[in-house]
Amino acid sequence: MIKAILIFNNHGKPRLSKFYEHYNEDTEQQIIRETFHLVSKRDENVCNFLEGGMLIGGSDYKLIYRHYATLYFVFCVDSSESELGILDLIQVFVETLDKCFENVCELDLIFHVDKVHNILAEMVMGGMVLETNMNEIITQVDAQNKMEKSEFFPFFSFSLSLYRRLSFSLPGRTGRHRQKNVSYCHV
Amino acid sequence: MPAPIRLRELIRTIRTARTQAEEREMIQKECAAIRSSFREEDNTYRCRNVAKLLYMHMLGYPAHFGQLECLKLIASQKFTDKRIGYLGAMLLLDERQDVHLLMTNCIKNDLNHSTQYVQGLALCTLGCMGSSEMCRDLAGEVEKLLKTSNSYLRKKAALCAVHVIRKVPELMEMFLPATKNLLSEKNHGVLHTSVVLLTEMCERSPDMLAHFRKLVPQLVRILKNLIMSGYSPEHDVSGISDPFLQVRILRLLRILGKGDDDSSEAMNDILAQVATNTETSKNVGNAILYETVLTIMDIKSESGLRVLAINILGRFLLNNDKNIRYVALTSLLKTVQTDHNAVQRHRSTIVDCLKDLDVSIKRRAMELSFALVNGNNIRGMMKELLYFLDSCDPEFKADCASGVFLAAEKYAPSKRWHIDTIMRVLTTAGSYVRDDSVPNLIQLITNSVEMHAYTVQRLYKALLDDISQQPLVQVASWCIGEYGDLLVSGQCEEEEPIQVTEDEVLDVLEGLLVSNLSTPVTRGYALTAIMKLSTRFTSVNRIKKVVSIYGSSIDVELQQRAVEYNALFKKYDHMRPALLERMPIMEKTASNGPTEIVQTNGEAEPSVVEAKHPPPVTQPTNQANDLLDLLGGNDVVPVIQTTVPTKPASAGGELLDLLGDLSLSGIPPMTAYNKNGLKIDFTFERANPNPNIAVITIHASNSTEADMTDFVFQAAVPKTFQLQLLSPSSNVVPTLNQGTVTQVIRVLNPQKQQLRMRIKLTYTHKGSAVQDLAEVNNFPPQSWQ
Repeated sequence: MIKAILIFNNHGKPRLSKFYEHYNEDTEQQIIRETFHLVSKRDENVCNFLEGGMLIGGSDYKLIYRHYATLYFVFCVDSSESELGILDLIQVFVETLDKCFENVCELDLIFHVDKVHNILAEMVMGGMVLETNMNEIITQVDAQNKMEKSEFFPFFSFSLSLYRRLSFSLPGRTGRHRQKNVSYCHV
Repeated sequence: MPAPIRLRELIRTIRTARTQAEEREMIQKECAAIRSSFREEDNTYRCRNVAKLLYMHMLGYPAHFGQLECLKLIASQKFTDKRIGYLGAMLLLDERQDVHLLMTNCIKNDLNHSTQYVQGLALCTLGCMGSSEMCRDLAGEVEKLLKTSNSYLRKKAALCAVHVIRKVPELMEMFLPATKNLLSEKNHGVLHTSVVLLTEMCERSPDMLAHFRKLVPQLVRILKNLIMSGYSPEHDVSGISDPFLQVRILRLLRILGKGDDDSSEAMNDILAQVATNTETSKNVGNAILYETVLTIMDIKSESGLRVLAINILGRFLLNNDKNIRYVALTSLLKTVQTDHNAVQRHRSTIVDCLKDLDVSIKRRAMELSFALVNGNNIRGMMKELLYFLDSCDPEFKADCASGVFLAAEKYAPSKRWHIDTIMRVLTTAGSYVRDDSVPNLIQLITNSVEMHAYTVQRLYKALLDDISQQPLVQVASWCIGEYGDLLVSGQCEEEEPIQVTEDEVLDVLEGLLVSNLSTPVTRGYALTAIMKLSTRFTSVNRIKKVVSIYGSSIDVELQQRAVEYNALFKKYDHMRPALLERMPIMEKTASNGPTEIVQTNGEAEPSVVEAKHPPPVTQPTNQANDLLDLLGGNDVVPVIQTTVPTKPASAGGELLDLLGDLSLSGIPPMTAYNKNGLKIDFTFERANPNPNIAVITIHASNSTEADMTDFVFQAAVPKTFQLQLLSPSSNVVPTLNQGTVTQVIRVLNPQKQQLRMRIKLTYTHKGSAVQDLAEVNNFPPQSWQ
């Protein structure tokens, strides 16, 4: 069973945190800090498995992590999951994000946290792996997004396309200007 | 009230904050806006507000006031609202809040919704955080969805069922009929989650396990199709067809095949096939191989297959990828108990892993190395492990040190090697050894009598170098205290004896007392050592001075010791040599637990020992003095406290003695004294474990019409015996044989001479004191042979 999925950047700022077991808010933050502390100390060419810290459960739990550019993807699992299998799962997750966001980068995760949650919900449910087929996941997520869009613009579906042609470029902190086909989000 | 800002705006704003305080301010402002918006019951923007709240929750700020709002969102008709509402419920709510029960009805409605995505959301939320009450209420709905033909819902329902079973194990039977045709699905997602469901059910209940064993052929077929089918674009991951499903099936096969011959046999072929056909260049292939190896190890596979598995692990060990090496070490650790010889073949590779830079790999390699140590490779392995101990991180040192001690104890080829190894550990990792290793070490040293001089010399030299490592210092000071005379007289045979004077030794010990590096415990050891040297060295005055100084020490423990030792010098000087003489060899007791087990030719017979544990000694000392007065001058010996020896020296003879103990009634009782209405009977037992001790129980009975009060029974034996008298049951012998007074006598008869005893009786009868003396000579031969 997967106990928690955390994404944070090189400075420890959380970009996504999903716990499949309940902890209170302070404990959750402490876990994130502790995990960051353990993972950031690791060298580049060591193995991707760490024994879990004290907070999240002690000896049975392992941290399996992967480092992509500025982000750490950490899955905290217990002994019923295969370590190498989880590594592959992280890879599939990142590839799915890449497909959904078109060359995903950290900014996408920052500004579309809810979308990432939705994608994750199609992959992992209740701490167990639900679906690993990338195309299947993307199909489901797209269908649900379409439902959302149709709700907000029930009579003005033509203005949807108008909106997208006028979509702005995201300046962002890094000064990156890119026309992105951002999935509509009205929240 | 203007429309609340969008989530993206909020995020952008927060990112412009430069300090934590600024960020907190912004968030608080936004929280206030959200709260007032909630109060206005604004339906349009509720989901926007909750989304912002969830973001702030992720950053660590309190968001509990949004819980009810999540519920309102869930109850809304719009999909967008529901989506955010359910997400909020999963992040903010849990079974500890009463609020969550309000969700039950909403979820129930949504589980029957017309849109599959809404149903999916409901299943997802229930599967993540459903409490046991919710699960009980909604299990029926979940079960219904498990049978639907919609594969999207089916797979979610399967995982939801797993969660329900985890929360409410009694409901497992409910899902049994639905599992009938789960495995005939084509959709891999459903297959995957079905296998997870089956795995969960099998792990929880042995009945289910037996029931699902019949599915083994079907699983094998599915696995075969996955391997044999060519390239299939929809399930392909790096060239292998749905590796996740393969791994899951292998895991289920492992559970089903464990301990069952038929199932294991059905699986042998497919496992061999997977093991040989899978490509190992990418991580996915290795993941499958890893799972296969674990399965082969757990089920009752044929030996050829097991050898194949261990060879795969050996190949993993040589792989460059650290992850692969890590999993290989982990699995080898699991299999080393059962397939010890096969793993031994890879010993050199494992020992190489000790030198790896990666902390996780080093730890695994260390544990595995300790598991592989045996009598043959102890010298080589110990060299490597000691080298590792020198260079490893502090977090490993404690475990490594204890491991080294254990291994050395079990397999030491010679006493000298053992002591050398222990010295090496103490000097390199002295501050990390566990506390109980100091007494164990001391015991080991006392037991190796011929090595005393060598040991004390080496410890002395180590002490000269370094006094910071407390366990080393404690052991060293204890040894110097015990064997200081050997040190000074330069008797060492094993190595070049060093010239040490008494003053130098005392200098070192005094140095320990004053040093800042010594803990109070160490100081205690040092003071006691100095005291012991007073009987072994000639310069007693110096020792007296040191001891008297510490009589006013601030440390209470030290002060008490010093004061008592001072008293030893002054009032009890005659007892000092006896008290401070060499410690006897300490018997080794089982290191875990107080029970002592008698080893006879490798067999332990604890039950017999337990029954015969000697009673505690409760001999009042004034009886001894009386007897001395009474029988002084004869060839009798006063009563002496004999501490009962706890273990005989091992020999096959014990077996006979133990068997001999079982015949209690072999020795007939006898009447020792019968006069004036007082009758004293002796009954016999043999004490265990020492066969030389006869345990006699006297029974005193009174046939007159008046009680005998203040009844005292005393006994004396010839010099070659030793006698021990325990307390009587009472000192009133009731009249007319209404009861007896019993008392236990233990006689040690090492020379097996004929038992003789002189007894003295005093009591008050009818107001007058009566005294009588008698000799008992009619002991039955069995009592002293």
